[in-house]
Amino acid sequence: MSARETILKRLRERADGALSAPESDFSVMTGRGWSPQERLARFEHWIGSVHGEVIHVAEDDWTGALTTLLVDKGVRRLALGKRHPVAAEARLALADAGVALVDVDRDIEQWQREQFENVDAGLTSTRGAIAETGSLWLWPTPDEPRLMSLVPPLHIAVLDAATLEDTFFDVMERHEWADGMPTNALLISGPSKTADIEQTLAYGVHGPRELVVIVRHATAADSHDTRPEA
Amino acid sequence: MSEQAPGVHTYHPREFHRQAHEALDNPQIRANFRKAMDGLMAKRCDSFDDWDLEALRELGANIRLRALARLPDLLEQLEANCEANGVRVHWAEDGDEACRIVREICESHGATSVIKGKSMVTEEMHLNDHLEEAGIEALESDLGEYLVQLNQQTPSHIIMPAIHLNTDEISRIMHDKTGIERTRDVDAMTAAARQQLRERFMAAGVGVSGVNFAVAETGTLCLVENEGNGRMTTTVPPVHVAVTGIEKVVEHLRDVPPLYSLLTRSATGQHVTTYFNMIGSPRKEGERDGPKEVHLVLVDGGRSDIYQDDELLDTLRCIRCGACMNHCPVYTRVGGHTYGTTYPGPIGSILSPHLMGLEETRDLPTASSLCGACGEVCPVKIPIPDLLVRLRQESVGEGRGNVAGAGVKRSRKELAAWKGFQWLATHPSAWRAGTSMAGKLRGLTPAKLGAWTRHRTAPKPASTTLHALVKQHQAARTDKEECR
Repeated sequence: MSARETILKRLRERADGALSAPESDFSVMTGRGWSPQERLARFEHWIGSVHGEVIHVAEDDWTGALTTLLVDKGVRRLALGKRHPVAAEARLALADAGVALVDVDRDIEQWQREQFENVDAGLTSTRGAIAETGSLWLWPTPDEPRLMSLVPPLHIAVLDAATLEDTFFDVMERHEWADGMPTNALLISGPSKTADIEQTLAYGVHGPRELVVIVRHATAADSHDTRPEA
Repeated sequence: MSEQAPGVHTYHPREFHRQAHEALDNPQIRANFRKAMDGLMAKRCDSFDDWDLEALRELGANIRLRALARLPDLLEQLEANCEANGVRVHWAEDGDEACRIVREICESHGATSVIKGKSMVTEEMHLNDHLEEAGIEALESDLGEYLVQLNQQTPSHIIMPAIHLNTDEISRIMHDKTGIERTRDVDAMTAAARQQLRERFMAAGVGVSGVNFAVAETGTLCLVENEGNGRMTTTVPPVHVAVTGIEKVVEHLRDVPPLYSLLTRSATGQHVTTYFNMIGSPRKEGERDGPKEVHLVLVDGGRSDIYQDDELLDTLRCIRCGACMNHCPVYTRVGGHTYGTTYPGPIGSILSPHLMGLEETRDLPTASSLCGACGEVCPVKIPIPDLLVRLRQESVGEGRGNVAGAGVKRSRKELAAWKGFQWLATHPSAWRAGTSMAGKLRGLTPAKLGAWTRHRTAPKPASTTLHALVKQHQAARTDKEECR
């Protein structure tokens, strides 16, 4: 008998008999009912508490903020996609900004060392974010591969304020994750960190040392302004 | 097992008492654990502030019970969905078989170097030793695990492997083993480790990780971490091998958020970890990075034995948060190595006897004052104190006898003593004669009474028994009343 058959047989022929499965009440995971302002405030509080930086910008002017950020952080080589509107708009805006744009539409085998050693920052879009924990959610694509948000020392993530939701459970249910999961789904809450040396917090142990979230707010006249009140 | 370097301390559960004494005599160990555990308890408490904690724990327990109730079906569903996603699934009856599977995968790719994400099940099966014997270098990439490996030790905590070391000790290890300059600057040491390990990520032929939750419904493998080494391990090398105990499966994707919420808060008091990494498949056509092959190794390793018994089954609910350790007065004082097992603390004391047999682990179920803290903080409500008592019964042969090594502590002398006590306590005249005799002969009580007198003075029977005192008292009162 194979290991598989042996294990399954032992589990099925359980000495104390078959078990009955209880029903689950998930209400504690949902129903927060936060307003867009509350959501944003919570998101910012929580991601800030784990060293994530948040920059609020108007949707139609976000690339200006990106340019300033790149200068402030001294980024000379930025990895980014091509097709996603975030990447496309950034490429247009940065054409003459003195920042080298690193293409990521190459198999990693061709440029692994370059990515590990010669990229200052990775720019990615996000699918949304979670207010309760201050988490971004990303489903990497061929245009924006998995390692872009991990290997460079700075990760810049672009988030639309309107895509914020209350809880992880809500995101999973509303976007019907169970109907089709991607190769890799990620929640990211702050830069890489460790407390393995005598409980002292240190950032950037394997992944980015810094995470900056550019939150874009809709500017159309009929849209809901989600920026926190000044 | 590979040979230990000279001067390297090895620990064994059989030596629990001796090891406990050594740890108690070591002020450094005691200070390191005390400081860490106090901080962790406070952080956990704060992190549940906004929650209806009881409702959440109830849900967590319930999700794990449901998964266990349907375990064989869910394992088959997980296998089918993983295979459909392109993940190859392997089954192993024990640790040795699982090691062989991992080694063969490495060999089939000609891999001589393996990078590892934190995984307790691979510690349990001694994968690193097995691979080294086959000439394959296995390097831990979690910072704590890396430090412990550099120091030729094993983890002393399932979440914080290097918690027994302080900054000075780590500074010395980093200096001695990796040649960096001595520094107490944690950022500098962390940056040095980052640099050292990045080279190894790029060079590794295979990445080996554990799994926190395996979702049957979608065939998704979930990994919880802060450092990013888990994402590196599962993304950079061309082959990823995930190893998990068969009990880690959950039924639905929606079962994941409650368990994740409980896990991070219970473990380190974090409301969320930096990364929640959900792996669905190997690199697909057109994708640019990620492993081209993903394997899942399902390890039984004694779990299907635990599964047979209605009471012991609860052990398998565990989501490996370590809260029971952080809150255990015994663990806090003796530290993780003292237990001599992969899983220390209360959960280790109820799990290890099944993995290693009671013969080896006979003292672990007694390494508890039964204060109940472990059961109270367990995010999935495992009745740990009850299970400790059950294993104590098994060890003296008074349980159902279905744990390997049951009855190992049964002693004829002790049994005879209890039988004698039972007879005395049920025969009043013999009892009275015996106790009054003991009072008269109290001068002859020995000054040394084994373990009892090692830390206490020997008790002496009272010259007059309580019974006799009560009788005298009552007689005196009746006399007074009669006088009135």
